[in-house]
Amino acid sequence: MSPEEELQSNGSVASSTRNIVGVLKEHNYLGLSDCSSVGSSNLSGLADDDKATISLKATELTLGLPGSQSPARDTELNLLGPAKLDEKPFFPLLPSKDEMCSSSSHKNIASGNKRGFSDTMDKVPVYTEKNWMFPEAVLATQSVIKKEVAQNLPKGKLSTTNNSSSPPAAKAQIVGWPPVRSYRKNTLATTCKNSDEVDGKPGSGPLFVKVSMDGAPYLRKVDLRSYTNYGELSAALEKMFTTFTLGQCGTSGATGKDVRNETKLKDLLNGKDYVLTYEDKDGDWMLVGDFSWEIFIGVCKKLKIMKGCDAIGLAAAPAPAPRAMEKSKMRA
Amino acid sequence: MDRRFPFKVLEHIFSFVDSNEDRNSVSLVCKSWFETERRTRKRVFVGNCYAVSPLKVARRFPKMRSLTLKGKPHFADYNLVPDGWGGYAWPWIEAMAARRPFLEEIRLKRMVVTDECLEKIAASFRDFKTLVLTSCEGFSTDGIAAIASTCRKLRDLELRECIVDDLGGDWLSYFPETSTSLVSIDFSCLDSEVKLSDLERLLSRSPNLKSLKLNRSVTLDVLESLLRRAPQLVELGTGSFSDELDPEEIAKLTKALSELKQLKSLSGLWDLLPEYIPLLYSLCPRLTSLNLSYATVMDLIEDKGLKTVALCCKELRELRVFPSGADLDETDVTLTEQGLVSVSEGCPKLESVLYFCVQFTNAALVSIAKNRPNFRCFRLCVMEPFAPDYRTQQPLDEGFKAIVERCKDLRRLSVSGLLTDKAFEYIGVHAKKLRMLSIAFAGDSDLMLHHLLSGCQSLKKLEIRDCPFGDTALLENAAKLETMRSLWMSSCFVSFGACKQLSQKMPRLNVEVIDEHPPKTRPDSSPVERIYIYRTVAGPRLDTPEFVWTIHKSPEVGVSRLSIR
Repeated sequence: MSPEEELQSNGSVASSTRNIVGVLKEHNYLGLSDCSSVGSSNLSGLADDDKATISLKATELTLGLPGSQSPARDTELNLLGPAKLDEKPFFPLLPSKDEMCSSSSHKNIASGNKRGFSDTMDKVPVYTEKNWMFPEAVLATQSVIKKEVAQNLPKGKLSTTNNSSSPPAAKAQIVGWPPVRSYRKNTLATTCKNSDEVDGKPGSGPLFVKVSMDGAPYLRKVDLRSYTNYGELSAALEKMFTTFTLGQCGTSGATGKDVRNETKLKDLLNGKDYVLTYEDKDGDWMLVGDFSWEIFIGVCKKLKIMKGCDAIGLAAAPAPAPRAMEKSKMRA
Repeated sequence: MDRRFPFKVLEHIFSFVDSNEDRNSVSLVCKSWFETERRTRKRVFVGNCYAVSPLKVARRFPKMRSLTLKGKPHFADYNLVPDGWGGYAWPWIEAMAARRPFLEEIRLKRMVVTDECLEKIAASFRDFKTLVLTSCEGFSTDGIAAIASTCRKLRDLELRECIVDDLGGDWLSYFPETSTSLVSIDFSCLDSEVKLSDLERLLSRSPNLKSLKLNRSVTLDVLESLLRRAPQLVELGTGSFSDELDPEEIAKLTKALSELKQLKSLSGLWDLLPEYIPLLYSLCPRLTSLNLSYATVMDLIEDKGLKTVALCCKELRELRVFPSGADLDETDVTLTEQGLVSVSEGCPKLESVLYFCVQFTNAALVSIAKNRPNFRCFRLCVMEPFAPDYRTQQPLDEGFKAIVERCKDLRRLSVSGLLTDKAFEYIGVHAKKLRMLSIAFAGDSDLMLHHLLSGCQSLKKLEIRDCPFGDTALLENAAKLETMRSLWMSSCFVSFGACKQLSQKMPRLNVEVIDEHPPKTRPDSSPVERIYIYRTVAGPRLDTPEFVWTIHKSPEVGVSRLSIR
């Protein structure tokens, strides 16, 4: 799929708005028509004559240097400020009051226009080259768009967009972002057990969950897929958290046959009464060990080593212990 | 009346002028001051290797002992500059080798350095003392071995985050067998193992060693043995910090660490296991620099961890906290703005910060600015592009306003998150000492650029990506560009036509278009993908690759791409 096609089919912003305003026929290489479309889709509240004003003005400004296009873009960005065009373009004395007041409600639209810009930037309407040296830039920009959509939707500001197609794409990287040296990224990458997580295959990648322990100042993370049963998990956790218990642990007497984790931990952690609990997909805290290992790794989102007394009331019941619930609330 | 100081007197006075900025000013006073200054300058700094020709520099400063050069634009660190762009060290090494054999120090940043360069250095400068390569590439460990074996007076050998063709760890054994004069050695970027015995022996015969930065292959179980041989260290970069140690080993290591009475800087800590953090506590009170960037792979240093830093590291001057890697989308990551607020509260000497975070608030920025008006370098990367204040949904304009208003000595700033033109108006008005500014995914219009170029008096380096401004602000403020070292813009809306105009208007700027498509095949109004503009007295460079075009000064020609191969 060429970047352009992909853009049209996946870019919900672009596709939903492409049909709307045909009045604006700007230079394609700046893609202002698309820009304006994006703007227009969010201009649902604007009067028709405003739109006309914008388009008229925009048309006027097509003469001359490309830089002079900017006021048109500005207008689209600052939706309530078409008057700005009458002023000296780039240095209005005061931002329009409307613009200031509406900044909170329109900033997402502004962002929307930003998406339009970067969208435009990397489209290939005129240059039919397919071999961009930096193809990631095109795809990456799309991912900015999609991620932006996904982010904004919960706030309910954008009504015309949907993010049904975005979640997997949202993980795509923007070139050079975040600005961490690639040298550093490579170094970190070599420590990750699986680099095929990038492919997005849910079944085969590592499954990292956080493990916290009451009283310990740090979290750890474990890859549940690197263990095959509760015994291995328990042994690994024991290793990780022994320093937080007093004294030395005895040698592990694990036979790997116990299904109930909490018994094991109780034995090994120097007689202290700890239980292993997990938070499942519904946000409930449960005791580890009720399900088979395969089911468990499917539902486990977080692990926590709790003091036994705190886990009273957890049992196998779905209702979370009050304290655990507080803690999970605090984390959210 | 023609009263001039005798040369000797001037020379003596100038010997107290260290800073190159001052020396540059001094050299502009009159011809005799120019002459005296140039004959006495020992440390030469060239911030852009294409701003001046190597020959000119070699001729101008006959007494130079130290040369510092920078090559590629900073955004090359983030893969925004394609490979092969340039920044070759060879012409400089060659020129200096021929004319300045008493050169003792070479420091290069973001340059392409080959083994040939290193061998030339080893062969040409008999008093060579200092080689510091930062973010360089193009050489192998063979070149390092040449330096180690031939430069008998070597004091500093530092490879900072270089891409090295690592052919093995033997190079370490090439240092002189008798005692060395080594003061600092940094091979943290190399992959291969070095022999422990080589390293131990080197440390034993390097009594002046103050800075040691190991690579990851040096495991934790041998660290103690190394530290025992170098208790005078001021800077330590450990190797891997994750092996299992038995209690006896832990005790020995703890003791060895606590013997490092002069240690001020700690880095490395690859794969740091949290259970080993207490081992470092004895060092914390004296630390002025803490680099945790490699420590957070499997685990997270969260707000709590930073609170601990704030409590323990009262001397801390610089802090860098990097993202943990795989899970930037986690909604319950507990490294938040609070971590930085804690550190800014607790560390009174903190002046330099690099902080990655998923989201931020204006309130936090205001607190941080209030707590720490002494920031000189503030780099905040909110990793969500366009992320507003997550509590108020406002842009982060007011937060950064607080930073630039209060931190009057701010020299370097990186902004992020949702920002409107207003943010840049504030920066233009307040950040009068700002020299370097990095911007991504921000602003609304050309106003943004105009505010910066017309307001920031001390601005020397500006780098911008993915911002929606165009030509006008650039052309209106063209004169400003000659007062700056460089301007980088990528994925913005600058047209080819504007680039041409700019280049024709400003004779001493190189306007480089970095783009796959020849600009000539496109209309003038088409935006160019990347532009790098820098002042120069050397004219267009001759080593551009196919995808770089220097806009020619004469309108008919358009672009020129001369190259010598």
